Amino acid sequence: MTDLRLSYRSSATRKAMDVFVRAFSIASAAIGIFFLLWILWVVLKKGHTVLAWSFFTSAPPSPGEGTGGIRYALVGTLKMTGLAFLMGVPVGLLTGVYLAEFGRHSWFAAGVRFCVNLLMGIPSILVGLFAYTLIVLATPRHYSGQAGAFALAIIMLPTVARTTEDMLLLVPDTLRESALALGIPRWRTITGILFRAARKGLLTGVLLSVSRVSGETAPLLFTALNNNFYPRDLSQPTANLTVTIYNYAMSPYDNWQRVAWGAALVIMAFLLGLTVLLRTLLKERNR
Amino acid sequence: MNLKIEPTPHRTVSEVVIDDPVISARKLNFWYGGSQALFDNDLDVAPLKVTAIIGPSGCGKSTHIRVYNRIFEQYRGQRAGGQVVMDGADLLSPGTDIIALRRRIGMIFQKPTPFPMSIFENVAYGVRLHFSFTRKQLEQKVEESLRAAALWDEVKDLLHKPGTALSGGQQQRLCIARALAMSPEVLLMDEPTSAIDPVATARIEELMLELKQRLTIVIVTHNMQQAARISDYTAFFYQGRIIEFGATARMFTNPSHPRTEEYITGRFG
Amino acid sequence: MSFLTRSSTHRQADRIFRWITIVCAASTLLLVGAILWNLMSNAWPSISRFGFGFITSTQWNPVKSEYGAASSIYGTLVSTAIALLLALPISLAIALFLTSYAPPWIARIVGTCVELLAAIPSIIYGMWGLFVFAPFMQKTLQPWLANLPGPLFSGAALGVGMLTSGIILALMILPFLTAVMRDVFAMTPPVLTESAAGMGSTSWEVTWHISIPHGLRGLVGATFLGLGRAIGETMAVTFVIGNSHRIAGSLFAPGNTIASTLANEFNEADSPLLEAALIELGLILFAITLIIQILAQLWLRSLQKQQAR
Repeated sequence: MTDLRLSYRSSATRKAMDVFVRAFSIASAAIGIFFLLWILWVVLKKGHTVLAWSFFTSAPPSPGEGTGGIRYALVGTLKMTGLAFLMGVPVGLLTGVYLAEFGRHSWFAAGVRFCVNLLMGIPSILVGLFAYTLIVLATPRHYSGQAGAFALAIIMLPTVARTTEDMLLLVPDTLRESALALGIPRWRTITGILFRAARKGLLTGVLLSVSRVSGETAPLLFTALNNNFYPRDLSQPTANLTVTIYNYAMSPYDNWQRVAWGAALVIMAFLLGLTVLLRTLLKERNR
Repeated sequence: MNLKIEPTPHRTVSEVVIDDPVISARKLNFWYGGSQALFDNDLDVAPLKVTAIIGPSGCGKSTHIRVYNRIFEQYRGQRAGGQVVMDGADLLSPGTDIIALRRRIGMIFQKPTPFPMSIFENVAYGVRLHFSFTRKQLEQKVEESLRAAALWDEVKDLLHKPGTALSGGQQQRLCIARALAMSPEVLLMDEPTSAIDPVATARIEELMLELKQRLTIVIVTHNMQQAARISDYTAFFYQGRIIEFGATARMFTNPSHPRTEEYITGRFG
Repeated sequence: MSFLTRSSTHRQADRIFRWITIVCAASTLLLVGAILWNLMSNAWPSISRFGFGFITSTQWNPVKSEYGAASSIYGTLVSTAIALLLALPISLAIALFLTSYAPPWIARIVGTCVELLAAIPSIIYGMWGLFVFAPFMQKTLQPWLANLPGPLFSGAALGVGMLTSGIILALMILPFLTAVMRDVFAMTPPVLTESAAGMGSTSWEVTWHISIPHGLRGLVGATFLGLGRAIGETMAVTFVIGNSHRIAGSLFAPGNTIASTLANEFNEADSPLLEAALIELGLILFAITLIIQILAQLWLRSLQKQQAR
């Protein structure tokens, strides 16, 4: 018989392991911050040189000469995002309403829920490819801002639907009951009372969907393409920020590359700001 | 269609017969999915009186009154059988206009549930849907309802503050004002004071005694002193069945069923 | 008798509203069906021409009209694998740092920074990757890695290539993995961790023996999530992978992924067969995402059942 009292494991190795893990976790956190700062710094350094008011108000530069600006791309992006918003947000919102209010347990709702999750996880380039086959090919090979907006709407829809469902489910059933018990019709209960009770959450979902699409390039590649002219209407190939960045960054012209970095800085600043806003919104709601 | 309802001998122990009941439940059954919660219950609700429903938790008290305004219907798997007659019509029949029904039968819940809007809007929201009032009439209706709920003096300067800014007891009176604004004939109250402090509870009990001049009240309560203080009739529920129904004063002094006596004297529940 | 009347317009409005929401909900089913159908029918020329061999063939020859998906599939899988291999331990460590090691104010700052990584659009990762990170890889990291034995880190140090893509993908999925893992750790009941610590466990031992097994299913779910994100990432990869239809043993070598091939070649596709072949690539990517989604949701459902118990 061994003396069991003496056979405990050395605490030195265990402590060493703990110190190692602690060091690794600190290092990992440092890696994350390091890369964030690196990217931010690069975009800031390369992008700030062109930043001036005229950058937002000028037409794109000719290859090789002048700075020009991103006015057309900016307007195109805003118009397309706006159209996508008008298509994607209402449908997403009402889908979320269906899931939370009418179809909590049905098979149909389970199918819808699956599709919403699938659409959320679908690579955005496939959404672009789908919009191409559905719209561009149907108007024989005619690229348009509308096709781009359609693709963006498909990306917004599931995000809005999911957050709407989640946020409505957070509203206690007693509120629904007390509204219905007053003889308030179901649809007024939902739109007038539940929406109001969940308004911060719904806003978060909508902003989230905007932030998801505003940096997207892939779904626009085969739909909106790009354009050198002012985006008067969306039935034509439409200038937009991200594809402009892509084309200019890959071009051999130094001035185009500078514009690409400037536009990248604009988009990044917008998205970082939006993310910070979303964070505070979510925090407030949790409180 | 005008259903004739025979006065019920309240099949269990009961000496009272209610004349001209506002609501009469006959052979009322209820199921949550596969499990039955109410069994062939008959109950008459006396007009302009307070009827209390007491019994241990899980005995079906709340379930019973949740049938009256059909609020249970929004949940899948919940089902009622039998008849609940009001004005000579079975309100459980598929032809019933639920919206109109719920205007006539108001409900107050356990926890106060002010809507996420101002105090004024809380009361006005439902009024606008059911009545076409001018702005002036609407304001008058809101004031009237808040007065009837004994809340006006406390909130008349805060009408545009959010309803959630009030204290728990005030919130519950706001909910009562909101229900009164619909001019209901019956007010169902599902343990309305269980989430509220004693002082606020006393105010609401006082209020109920005032309200019964104008409308009929059915209150579910787990608090027997409360039932004794405010109700005219009491129904004792046990395991989904009405064990005893009668005048409150008689029932609390001289219960006829041994189970009622055990419950009232606190030997179980 | 007033409530016997069915005339109420409210009732009508309720029914209409309900149907509108049902139509909206059905549109998601329709969308998924339409995506599948459109990709399939437009890929049909390629499917019928190449059959199953499309998946295994490494050919990509527009001159001879021979197309195969093998190199794109290979590149997709390898770059995703690299990303997961790098991001999993790092995100786990960051989540640990945030939940158990760091004081709250530091955790808040670090947490925000990691989240902000998710706010950077993929095209910016691509530009940074091509113009800044790839040269760094070429001059610093790759020569150093080349000292390691084995074929994985051999060949010319080009900067762009499979490894660079994998690293950038790892960065891009890091915030998502970290967020889920942090939630998983935060959900470990304090009673468990406290009693383990009370027995004299170090905090790593508490994590390894208690938190990780307790949250294992959630962690696997996080992995699915990261996998799904990495596998279809387009712009960042297109910038830095080198775009070559070749399967190479070395991670330094340029390659391509399904998404990068699409982004690069679709607009220049001048023959109907090439376009169909590219759409078939998209269809394969869709199938992969679908499988990941189904597995993830089945997994999550069993997770919820387990928690409900």
